[in-house]
Amino acid sequence: MQLFPCPFCGPREESEFHYGGEAGNLRPDGDVTAERWAGYLHMRDNPKGPTREIWVHMTCGEFFAMSRDSVNHKVSGSSALGEAEHGA
Amino acid sequence: MSASRLTTGGSDIDRDRPLSFTFDGRRVEGFAGDTIASALLASGQAVIGRSFKYHRPRGIWGSGFEEPNALVDVESPVGRVPNARATTVQAAEGIRVRSVNASPTAETDRNAVLDRFARFLPAAFYYKTFMWPDWHLFEPRIRAMAGLGVVDPDWRPRQVSDQINHHCDVLVVGAGPAGLAAAASAAAAGHSVVLVDDRTHPGGSLRHRTGEVDGVEGKAWVEATVARLKGGGQLVLSDTTALGLYDHNLVALNQRHADGRPDTLWRVRPRRIVLATGAIERPVPFANNDLPGILSADAALSHLRRHGVLVGRDIVVATNNDSAYEPALALAAAGASVTMVDCRREGGALAKSGIRFLAGRTIAAARGRNVVQGVLLDDGTTLAADCVLVSGGWTPTVHLFSQAKGKLAWSDQLAAFIPGEAIDGIGVAGAVAGTVSLSEALASGAAASGDFGSSSPAPRGTGVEATLGVVSLWPKPKASGRVWIDYQSDVTAKDIELAARENFISVEHLKRYTTLGMATDQGKTSNLNGLALLADITGRGIPEVGTTTYRPPFTPVPFASLAGSRRGSMHNPVRRLPLEANHRAAAGVFQEYGGWLRPAYYGGGEAGASIQEEARRARQSVALFDGSTLGKIEVIGPRAAEFVDFIYYNTMSTLKPGHCRYGFMLSENGVVFDDGVLVRLDEHRFIVSCSSSHVAAVHARLEEWRQDRFGRDAVYIHNATAQYATLTVSGPNARQLVEALDLGAALDDASLPHMAVAAGRFAGDEVRIARVSFTGDRSYEISIRADRAEALWARMQHEGRAFDAVLLGLESLMILRAEKGYIVIGKDTDGTTMPHDLGVAGPRAKRASEFVGRRSLFTEAANDAGRNQLVGLALREGEAPLATGAHGVEKRDGSLRSIGFVTSSYQSPTLGRPVALALIERGAARHGETIDVQHLGVVRQATMVAPCAFDPEGRRLHA
Repeated sequence: MQLFPCPFCGPREESEFHYGGEAGNLRPDGDVTAERWAGYLHMRDNPKGPTREIWVHMTCGEFFAMSRDSVNHKVSGSSALGEAEHGA
Repeated sequence: MSASRLTTGGSDIDRDRPLSFTFDGRRVEGFAGDTIASALLASGQAVIGRSFKYHRPRGIWGSGFEEPNALVDVESPVGRVPNARATTVQAAEGIRVRSVNASPTAETDRNAVLDRFARFLPAAFYYKTFMWPDWHLFEPRIRAMAGLGVVDPDWRPRQVSDQINHHCDVLVVGAGPAGLAAAASAAAAGHSVVLVDDRTHPGGSLRHRTGEVDGVEGKAWVEATVARLKGGGQLVLSDTTALGLYDHNLVALNQRHADGRPDTLWRVRPRRIVLATGAIERPVPFANNDLPGILSADAALSHLRRHGVLVGRDIVVATNNDSAYEPALALAAAGASVTMVDCRREGGALAKSGIRFLAGRTIAAARGRNVVQGVLLDDGTTLAADCVLVSGGWTPTVHLFSQAKGKLAWSDQLAAFIPGEAIDGIGVAGAVAGTVSLSEALASGAAASGDFGSSSPAPRGTGVEATLGVVSLWPKPKASGRVWIDYQSDVTAKDIELAARENFISVEHLKRYTTLGMATDQGKTSNLNGLALLADITGRGIPEVGTTTYRPPFTPVPFASLAGSRRGSMHNPVRRLPLEANHRAAAGVFQEYGGWLRPAYYGGGEAGASIQEEARRARQSVALFDGSTLGKIEVIGPRAAEFVDFIYYNTMSTLKPGHCRYGFMLSENGVVFDDGVLVRLDEHRFIVSCSSSHVAAVHARLEEWRQDRFGRDAVYIHNATAQYATLTVSGPNARQLVEALDLGAALDDASLPHMAVAAGRFAGDEVRIARVSFTGDRSYEISIRADRAEALWARMQHEGRAFDAVLLGLESLMILRAEKGYIVIGKDTDGTTMPHDLGVAGPRAKRASEFVGRRSLFTEAANDAGRNQLVGLALREGEAPLATGAHGVEKRDGSLRSIGFVTSSYQSPTLGRPVALALIERGAARHGETIDVQHLGVVRQATMVAPCAFDPEGRRLHA
């Protein structure tokens, strides 16, 4: 059971969280190409090692970005969603 | 075997408290403090069970969690525990103990004959042999012959297992000398400590091996140290197994209770973990080394000193290391005749002991039927014996370290794997870390607390220090006879040779092919011997062969402990209506719908007829329905209108305050995710009404877009679903009934037309009246504070009498909505259904602004002409309804193919015929066509029509 740092509540057990996807998968608005849209919907890097991901703390509803390592499960930090994560 | 109880000695037993229990129906005497195993040994019981595959007689091998043979089913007043290790369960008055895999008893097992055919039953024999015509024909009987304890199908917990979450600075696993030193050091530095041990009494090896710490006798030092820890407020848990070590330093503990309480599960999150888990003695490979009466040398010493049990009179001790000398000397001193067979040329000290000593010799085979009667040495000498003690070296208990992803390192000096590179936050100490002497163990313990330890000097061993001097004594290929590697899984050296011949040389493949290291003990005694043999056969080193993966749990854990209170109705608790008691009073029959417990129908009569009657009466006058589960999520803020435009497929910002609009929410892949009515209360305030079972998902989705796209200061979202009860009045006389409620709102069609909302009051509380309909009849949804709903519901029923009002359960509501062609998302849609498949293509064609899922509606797949589309299916009069899920089929190239399926199907009491909805290929353009519908091999015909079968003009909505 991993401990994740919710920026709003502090460290909580992973079962309180849902994965929200890789950070930086910006939503393309408008009439983008099918390839671009399919990339947004389906294509993921699934990195081995350091990752930056969006998670939501289900108990408080906070969506946030978290940096962690997908191999050794070390969590290096989390931050509230900033401009960088906004799609628009 | 002629084991017996000595007249004195036994630190763990209380001779003033005798007890008795039965084993396979026979009475066994013991004392408080005995384990089942020690009491059975003391009573001279040699055969305790039958082996898994060959039904070989097996006796007690160990003295703790490592026991591979002595599994028993224990029946006590609190229930039956299958496959308990006799060495770890305390004996208790009146319990009934049964051997496993034996019938009628362990001594006289009728399947024992299987062993005579052993040469025909190698690894994978059954799978290879019983392939034709079908393994499943043979499997039940083969499985009945193999296996262990019997699960009680009628078992019910008397009490829920406690589960405790705990935090501390340092958790120490193992209360032997190293663990005690670690705990004492952390406690002295002012940290909070939890010390756990699998045994009833702390002390580890100091409970039965000679030792002296800082001038104090070992056991006395243990008692004093534990007393000091407890006195300092530290938590010391006995009979507690650390079963798993998980991410981020979470350790799960299972605590057993002697008083009949069910086990307690602890979840401990320490800042530092010290693993002082000790080591397990290995068997020595020789033919028939599984005979009852052959025990671990250390276990024999433990049974002697803890329980006052002498395991034999005429004992041969076989060893490759020094640790077997203390047991040999102690047993000789207790009156046994002992012969020491040491495979090394230079043995340990035996001066003036009276022990016969044979250096440089090994045992080639054990002899005896049902129990060991002697041994044959490698030089051809035979020795008579009623008991053989073996020590093949020590395997550090690295399970938890490996679960923490720690890498192991091979030690030639110890002939074992020990923990390799240190892991952050975890210290290892004592025998698991490869220490041999007491001083080393104590020093490693004090050091293992790391930054949490005190700077004061570690305790020191002041007596004679233990030595090991182990040499390798691994099983060899091509040995004669049957050399047992894994007792519990019945794996011999020959099985491993066979596996290697068939190229199962990866250790993980070897395990699965031979079952080496499987079953309830997970190879605690057997793994290393098996790996060493595989290494020899394949010409590799043992570290090159490696180990299989260690996984939790360390020892079997009752499911009841892991489940705790999350069982039965608490496993996945249903949500309940505020008016549940009122519905029950009206004989509501409840079912779960999407996590909510709701009335399916009322009256307690026959279900089908009751549901038809409710649906029929609802169309005649007026019906009352509890719709409290409908989602009520408020969206508030300066960008709220823009927000709902983005969330919905339909344009919502043009909605006038005081009105409602039906719409879809899509997923980004263009598939319909939810539907419902959006209410606009004022310019910046909306209420999203979503499907009952979908509220949490819709709420999370709204939050995601709010936080990720619109900003927290621009939109505020509040899920008010549980705060309001929503009571619906529907039917031709709905308006008259609502007027009788006297809510103070104008209800005429000009003031409150279809799809409008009004505010009113009931008994002083604000109510919201929304004129929306899921029945196709004029309907009013009245929302009121949940805690004040009861009076309103009572008033509705009271006023309803004048109109012959009927209570609608969810089943009859489903008929009414299906008559109208109103869909239920997830029932009448699937994971590919887009809005234009449901006949709502307008926003796709016209909307210019961005919304969730928009781009996906213009892909090649979305434009495919062959998509499944929503249709109604009409049947000829007098026919029975179609089966929901039945497939539309057509013949193509000589074979049937599916062209879609029936999603909803009911008998309509109002129309007097069945109605059905279906998703059928190109259905929207094929109204009037007749298709074949197949269910369970029966093909019927149905005609595709518009989804709405009742009042297609919608007159009743406005009537």
